[in-house]
Amino acid sequence: MNSQAPDTIHTELTIIGSGMTGMAAALFAVNRGISTTLIGQHSAMNFASGVMDLMGVHPAGQEWDDPWKALDRVRKDLPNHPLVKVDNLDIENAMEELLGFLKDQALPYHRAARKNINVITSVGTIKKTYAVPETMWNGVVALEKKSPTLIVDLDGMKLFSARQIASSLADRWPDLGHETIVFPGSEALEELHPEHVARALDLSANRVKLANRIKPFVKDAAYVGFPALLGMYSSREAVTELEQLLERPIFEIPTPPVSVPGIRLQETFISGLGKNKLFRTLSTMVTHVKTDSGFTITTGGNTPETIRSKAVLLATGRFLGKGLTASRQGIQETLMDLPVEQPETREEWHRNDLFSPQGHPVNRAGIKTDDHFTPLVPAPEKPVKNLHVAGAILAGSDWMRMKCGSGVAIATAFAAIKAIEKANK
Amino acid sequence: MLKTENPCQKTKKHVLKKPEASVIILSTLIFFMEATVETDVLIIGGGATGTGIARDLALRGITSLLVEKGDINAGASGGNHGLLHSGARYVANDGESARECMEEGKILRQTAPHCIDDCGGMFAAVQGDDENYVGEFQGFCARSGISATPISIETAMEAEPLLSKKLIAAFGVRDGAIDPFMLSLENIAHAKALGSKLLCHTEVVAFEKDNHCITRVWLENIHTHQRFSVDPRQVINAAGAWSGKVDALAGAATEIIYSMGTLLVTQSRMTEGVINRLRPPSNADILVPGGTVSILGTTSIRVNDPDRIRPTVAETDLIVSQGAQMIPTLETTRYIRAYSGVRPLVSQGKGDDRSVSRSFVLLDHQETGLDNFATITGGKLTTFRLMAEKTADLVAARLGNTTPCKTRTEPLPSTQEGKWTEPGIAPRVWMQKPAGKKDRILCECEMIAESTVDALADALEKNGQAPDLLNIGKRSRLGKGPCQGAFCSTRVLAHMYNNGRLSGPDGANELKAFLSERWKGQKPIFWGDQLVQAELTEAMHCGLFDLELTTPDPDKPEPKKVSDSLAKTTRQSERRN
Repeated sequence: MNSQAPDTIHTELTIIGSGMTGMAAALFAVNRGISTTLIGQHSAMNFASGVMDLMGVHPAGQEWDDPWKALDRVRKDLPNHPLVKVDNLDIENAMEELLGFLKDQALPYHRAARKNINVITSVGTIKKTYAVPETMWNGVVALEKKSPTLIVDLDGMKLFSARQIASSLADRWPDLGHETIVFPGSEALEELHPEHVARALDLSANRVKLANRIKPFVKDAAYVGFPALLGMYSSREAVTELEQLLERPIFEIPTPPVSVPGIRLQETFISGLGKNKLFRTLSTMVTHVKTDSGFTITTGGNTPETIRSKAVLLATGRFLGKGLTASRQGIQETLMDLPVEQPETREEWHRNDLFSPQGHPVNRAGIKTDDHFTPLVPAPEKPVKNLHVAGAILAGSDWMRMKCGSGVAIATAFAAIKAIEKANK
Repeated sequence: MLKTENPCQKTKKHVLKKPEASVIILSTLIFFMEATVETDVLIIGGGATGTGIARDLALRGITSLLVEKGDINAGASGGNHGLLHSGARYVANDGESARECMEEGKILRQTAPHCIDDCGGMFAAVQGDDENYVGEFQGFCARSGISATPISIETAMEAEPLLSKKLIAAFGVRDGAIDPFMLSLENIAHAKALGSKLLCHTEVVAFEKDNHCITRVWLENIHTHQRFSVDPRQVINAAGAWSGKVDALAGAATEIIYSMGTLLVTQSRMTEGVINRLRPPSNADILVPGGTVSILGTTSIRVNDPDRIRPTVAETDLIVSQGAQMIPTLETTRYIRAYSGVRPLVSQGKGDDRSVSRSFVLLDHQETGLDNFATITGGKLTTFRLMAEKTADLVAARLGNTTPCKTRTEPLPSTQEGKWTEPGIAPRVWMQKPAGKKDRILCECEMIAESTVDALADALEKNGQAPDLLNIGKRSRLGKGPCQGAFCSTRVLAHMYNNGRLSGPDGANELKAFLSERWKGQKPIFWGDQLVQAELTEAMHCGLFDLELTTPDPDKPEPKKVSDSLAKTTRQSERRN
């Protein structure tokens, strides 16, 4: 048996999936002394905008200023929503622990006390969310006060137009100006990629050159807003230095994928967790999970690895994360063929209107669990011991409509790790 | 029959009523006052037939005004296979249609080669198909004068390797693929160059009649609801699936059967030529190449209202499973969208919809007592030119014009109007740009660059239509690739704001309108990779941008859509401020 081979990795917990759920779970696990192996490739966090939602909308189309009040309503109406299985104290503790870690790793987040905050997006809409990277915070303040603000974009960025933002928001934020700047050194380039600019702005010299090009346009603007690309590994320093050079507060605006703040989160988790001896990560895909007394996990790639683990946390995400897959006949869980709660027929998966505030039933499909996030299996099958499921793959939450993506990821990871910790004792 | 004292013969011009001046009315007025051309004929319906009639008449020296309630090819002319039939499909039970198809195919290959991919075709039978039909097929073809050459199984498999291993018979035929959008856009462009006019988003709402004649036709802009009237000498109803409704307005009862057909678009081109299932016409038995993709269909479902059609999951499943019997890869390939069209069939009382003749019907309405009204309906894309010819013959004779039809021989000029609907043209043009010139690709799936978007927007503005995402999408392959429009829509919008074509808060609504339109055709094919893409689209546009929470201001009368006709001047200043 492979499991007896000398290079088999032994670990208490294997987390499958390297998105927000997997990363958060790894943090909570190692903080509780659980040796953890995280396996995942192509983290969905590369698609994340960097802002963190907790709970924003429920029922259809109703926005809430207070995420906790929104949650109270969800607890009343949707007993199967994953967040309902976690009490408020645990949700708060989970957020506190995760944001504390990010702060320690020089990626601080800001939020308002018991209140959702408003951020502007790259298409000029205003979005409610729970927490934003510190580099976006001044934008929340500027929007709140409707301060005179200059939005800057960079020539060659195809998904971000400062003019679009200023023009779209003109009714609500009249003192919004816009300017397109040619990024220093990019004159000959046809296109500009946010990741490249972000890496360039890790260097002070490029910040100085950029600031010099912006200065003539700043005039009486109290704030300057940028697309979210001000530094990759040193975003705090980049923002601080640009603020000094421009002599006023600045902020980042979230952008569609590939998004720099998402990459920052991903990299920060990996490097921060890497400092803990209990943590190991394999950048590959799991191909097979065998359950006996514990789990034997096999990975793909050129050098397949075998992992023996006491517990497994499935945090493989939905369709984009490859945790779920859909054929014409139905939706399957990809790794262990767990039962998926789903609409009866494919006709019911999506509504006719893409933008229906009710959302699409397919987005509530997923794995059904008990209150400890152990998957429910129909009798006579016996539930697999020490298997937990967390995050977007869970049934009952439409994160895109309810604005609860990060909340579900972090809170259910926390609750699942607490259950694993309890079982270990 | 012509009557010398026919009141329909009086000279006509457009008359504008209700001068309670709004900007739109004024600009419409400016248009009509500027129109020095006398419009003899009003054509209703901007599909292949209507645009074909406009060109045919113009070549005889008769100018017309074509009104279309949606956009060019919004009906069945845009919702079909894009198949230039050899005619072989109809040989068993509709010899007349078969022969018409064969003859028209020859003419179109001569006169409109730029709209045609002369890829050839094949009829293929697989195990389980009716062997009697297979045996009789060649004889049927011969009867209609259509060439069908037997091909050995080996040769057929070599030519089209994706054919089922269960192939039992194959015949080569002269099928082709035709780009219906380019065809109609070129036809109307030529008619316009010869002095005719086009008004899209303009619906017929009432006819005024006097003494066997339609004397006045009331039209309404579907966005602004402004009404105006035209006094035409002749009126042609080429409204396709809507022709029954138009006839009813005019007091003529024509019973139209609405037969909906659904088609699926594959992500890549599956075959070199057209593949037809060698069996009596049934579901999903034709696969037609469309440039870089293939189109599989169709179904035939009776519907009650041509305005409320959508491809369904059940049809999609039927098409995939039926198509896969012929080309097994169709079961596993990635589909990028589905769409439906409604065939207008003229009721003849019995039989199922497939057995209703696919030949066309030209009604001169003499029986109903209307001397200057004609309805052309039924038919198919391949025979659109013949339909236009026959209609133009009737109307020209009524007008006393004896110039013969020229569309049999006169080449269809190639203009810029239809150019961007061709798969692969945008990247070719982009590759030819001078070195050092910046021209960013906005749609990475279909390689559509800024300059293409600008050219399309210019052309739209020139035609008095809004250069918005939806209209640009209809005239190009924008959003038709695997990304489903999630990224290109956002990039084009940013570009439109950057170059000043768009300003104000309507960008979010343009995004929603464009993505909603694409969604209609994608919903039935959301499985596998397409569902993954749908999730990403929704994560971006709802999860991040919160577009489902933005509501258009109900008090605002859709300012951008004022578009039509010559509200152009106002809209340009509005957009360029």
